[in-house]
Amino acid sequence: MTSSNPRPAIDIDHASFRLSGRDLVHDLTLSVRQGETLVLLGRSGSGKTTTLRLVNRLLEPTAGEVRVNGLRTTDWDPIRLRRGIGYVIQEGGLFPHFTVARNVGLVPRIENWPGERTRARVEEMLSLVGLSADLASRYPAQLSGGQRQRVGVARALAADPPILLLDEPFGALDPITRAELQKEFRALQQRLKKAVIFVTHDLHEALVLGDRVALMEEGRMIEDLPTTEFAHSTKPLVRAYVEAFSDAPERDER
Amino acid sequence: MNFWHFMVTNRQQVLDLTIEHITLVGISILFAVLLGIPLGIMITRKPQLSKLVLGSANVLQTIPALALFGFLLPMPWIGARGGRMAVLALTLYALLPLIRNTYAGIRNVDPAVVEAGRAMGLTDQQLLWQVELPLASGVIVAGIRIATVVSIGLATIAAAIGAGGLGEFIFRGLSMVHYQVILAGAVPAAVLALAADVGLGALERKLGMLYARA
Repeated sequence: MTSSNPRPAIDIDHASFRLSGRDLVHDLTLSVRQGETLVLLGRSGSGKTTTLRLVNRLLEPTAGEVRVNGLRTTDWDPIRLRRGIGYVIQEGGLFPHFTVARNVGLVPRIENWPGERTRARVEEMLSLVGLSADLASRYPAQLSGGQRQRVGVARALAADPPILLLDEPFGALDPITRAELQKEFRALQQRLKKAVIFVTHDLHEALVLGDRVALMEEGRMIEDLPTTEFAHSTKPLVRAYVEAFSDAPERDER
Repeated sequence: MNFWHFMVTNRQQVLDLTIEHITLVGISILFAVLLGIPLGIMITRKPQLSKLVLGSANVLQTIPALALFGFLLPMPWIGARGGRMAVLALTLYALLPLIRNTYAGIRNVDPAVVEAGRAMGLTDQQLLWQVELPLASGVIVAGIRIATVVSIGLATIAAAIGAGGLGEFIFRGLSMVHYQVILAGAVPAAVLALAADVGLGALERKLGMLYARA
């Protein structure tokens, strides 16, 4: 850690999460500074989602600790902690019975922002994620998958939380929409400078979005490197990943 | 004397007994809603109690109505008036569909939606009122509909313990072996049940469309 960043926004310190005799996350240590995007890469069941849920205290570590802004998650009031952490999941996890505007304005509203300020914020957020204000009165089922995902991001950002957790947010999208959203998300993060943990199983996505890429397997941290160095790691599992993703293009060239 | 003639000449009594019938059912359903929905919510929060609560409501349902009145008769205050006994019995019978549908409705809300709400910092109360209950409302109204339709039929038996309602005609007709009089109780009861079924069914579909857009 450099001296200009004395305290990471998210600090996972030898944390484990054990459920019915099995460690879903085992002795995990990682930290994310403000403005940094860490991509958690790994297969299904490798503990990525569990790690995210330890950060916003949907789960509490059974060993070690998780600190957010220097304070243990278990010492935080969980409601206050979560309102300072944006959370985006696949398909957005939008409330189907709320319009786009109500979905996006949810946290400001429960934080008792005045109505006018919430409305202005919703408009601002929609334009930030590239959605027309006309969509504000629509319901999630009336949107395309890409639009829903944008609404999910807008909702997570609405109360301007310093931390953002994203769990395979673009996983269900077609490749073109996904690439579009990845690009926009990168631009957004360069402006907003959140502390971001982005979970994916897609190496390409990890390399596009991450300042750092961390590979998990069976609840353990295998590798945690700056993006530029990650693909050159000699760890067998990283090699396996890199090869799996470089296979297809090689075949095309023949 | 045919059925219509009987209905017209006794229209005031038909009307009175119908209103009495609706009152019995209405009060019972109101009590069952006030008791059943909170119980249903409670067992989604404490799943270890769900077997006990649903099991008890199930057992209540299996007691024959006339036998239940027999059990209620010796009870203080309740047993003193037919109306009180009838309301208590109808409430108990209506509990199961209400508890069960509230529980099932909330349990069936998309877990991703609930998790998203929790992760955004909704309190348990906010999650319940803003997310779970609205999304479960169609299923809960379906429970109210079933309970109401069943209660309207069941309430005719309440006349046996002097609680009044359309059952009066039915029991009178049975003792007189007079079909028109039986029909004077049975037909309005059937019409009430159908009306409740159609009305609450429409509400249920409306809520379903409004809230279950996923």
